[in-house]
Amino acid sequence: MLFNLAMKNLIGAGMRTWLNVFVTAVSFFMIIFISGMYDGMRSHAKQVTIDTEVAGGAYWHPKYDPLDPFSYEDAHGIPPKEIRDLIKNEKAFSILVSQASIYPNGRMIPVIMKGIESTQSIINLPTQSLMKEADGLIPVLMGSSMANYTKLKVGDTFAIRWLDANRTYDADEGVIVYIMETENFKVDMGTIWIPLARAQTMLDMKNEATYITFAKNISTVQENENWIYRDVNYLMRDMEAMIAADEPNARIMYAILLALAGMGIFNSQILSIFRRRKEIGTLMAIGMTRSRVVGLFTLEGGMNALFALIMTLILGGPVFIYFATYGIPLPIDYTEMGLIMAKRLIPVYTMGLFVSTTLFISFVVLVLSYLPSRRIAKMKPTDALRGKVN
Amino acid sequence: MSNNNIVEIQELIKQFPVGGGFFTALKDINLKIEIGEFTGLVGPSGSGKTTLLNIIGGLDSPTQGNVNVLGIDLGSSSHNKRATLRKTKMGFIFQSYNLLPVYSVFENVELPLILNKVNSNERKKLVEQAVEWVGLTNKLKSRPNMLSGGECQRTAIARAIVHKPALILADEPTANLDAENSHQIMKIMVCLNQELNTSFVFATHDEKIMAYLRRIIHLEDGQIVKDEQIKNPEMGEKR
Repeated sequence: MLFNLAMKNLIGAGMRTWLNVFVTAVSFFMIIFISGMYDGMRSHAKQVTIDTEVAGGAYWHPKYDPLDPFSYEDAHGIPPKEIRDLIKNEKAFSILVSQASIYPNGRMIPVIMKGIESTQSIINLPTQSLMKEADGLIPVLMGSSMANYTKLKVGDTFAIRWLDANRTYDADEGVIVYIMETENFKVDMGTIWIPLARAQTMLDMKNEATYITFAKNISTVQENENWIYRDVNYLMRDMEAMIAADEPNARIMYAILLALAGMGIFNSQILSIFRRRKEIGTLMAIGMTRSRVVGLFTLEGGMNALFALIMTLILGGPVFIYFATYGIPLPIDYTEMGLIMAKRLIPVYTMGLFVSTTLFISFVVLVLSYLPSRRIAKMKPTDALRGKVN
Repeated sequence: MSNNNIVEIQELIKQFPVGGGFFTALKDINLKIEIGEFTGLVGPSGSGKTTLLNIIGGLDSPTQGNVNVLGIDLGSSSHNKRATLRKTKMGFIFQSYNLLPVYSVFENVELPLILNKVNSNERKKLVEQAVEWVGLTNKLKSRPNMLSGGECQRTAIARAIVHKPALILADEPTANLDAENSHQIMKIMVCLNQELNTSFVFATHDEKIMAYLRRIIHLEDGQIVKDEQIKNPEMGEKR
């Protein structure tokens, strides 16, 4: 009975119902849309890191500590045979890391020089560009942010100075062969990439590497000779920690959005119910019990939320699908600020986001329908009939 | 309570809190209304007639005294019990009609039957019967905002009688109507009273209504000052 009455009331109220439903649907949409963008940013940052840096994991030289540049001097060696076999089968590639300084336009800039297999295709870096002819100069690949910072462009030459295996400083001329656009600032800012063989020669570290990055879905080697296995989780721990540290911000943002949505819904529901107090009085006068009146209005609130969800899916669904497919162009290049963010942000809409938002909004609507109707139903029917407010 | 009495009130006092004290709206009311009566509570504004009507209808509670309506002691009964009494055995007619604006005439009239869980076929039959009584058969699908004042009040009457209650309480039912509509409305109610033996209690100060009443209870300052039986109501006889 209540369901039929609630449905009749909602449909009968026409524009008033659809305005309420629209306000609730806008709240649904905004929360899902903005939370999806936020999740998309974080998901993208993780994906970019895996694609351009981590791949399936790595084997580190036992002395390698990426956070301690002084460890680079000693963190090199010939990889164990099993790992070399992976490299030979193109399931892994070597990276040789050393400290260096570059001198673009007379300035000295300390960098991390990484020798990388030019032919690798395991991570998404344009290392094939290092195979270009460089007239005997050291071919250098760098990110666009680094290029901007050093004011270098393709074809520019500059001096590179490094410390070789014998603790001797050496220097040679490098040339920019390619400037890559990348969203991962960790492979961009402060790093120059050169061919692995050239790096091994320059550093006098023939066949040596600092770490080996391997492709996804490769099982661990048995004979690793103390080279340290680092899985994706370990290599992503900084990113995960950053995301975890950002979690309170995400929650605050979600809470703000919910509060804004709640206020919108509160206004529309309260107004809608309080202007119907005479109707509530009439229902009580013709014999509806207080609990049924409260039930009726709460049910109307619940159906309002359901309609809003359907409206969100119908009107907002195509928008969600469009943005999830084509992304949202961002006006600023955030990588220059040290953030891993796409130039087109692809929002991520998870089932969890839909379910949690739906549950929360429905709960808010139910509470905001229940409380005022309970208050009115508690009034004396005579006061409700007169439209009096307690 | 006598089997013939539909309402029996003894030593009723009703007070409302005002500021730090109380305003006494009704005092020492003793009243009996029998089945089938066509009674008016008459008096100037503030005399307590609407308060008394609301107490009889279980919409308000007495401060002191006994109020027994249709065999139920309203002073000691719960909200739910009073709601059930209103739902099953009473009908209300209000000055401002109190129709639900989003419902059609049919749906407004149908509402008490829905509350009484009458099945849909029976509902349709009873609604059509009630609407025919009040002469609104051609307005079944109209909403209240498409009706005149007289039509709205006739819809309210149909809603009040559709479940064939024993008692109908009408609070200033003609106050918002012109003379012609007032007479039409009253004729309908006289007819219902005579044919269905439904008891009517009016709260009014409209002389047009008084001409139809068979019993007039005069209230002044919350007290019954006169209770007169009209043997041959002027308008009632003219039907």
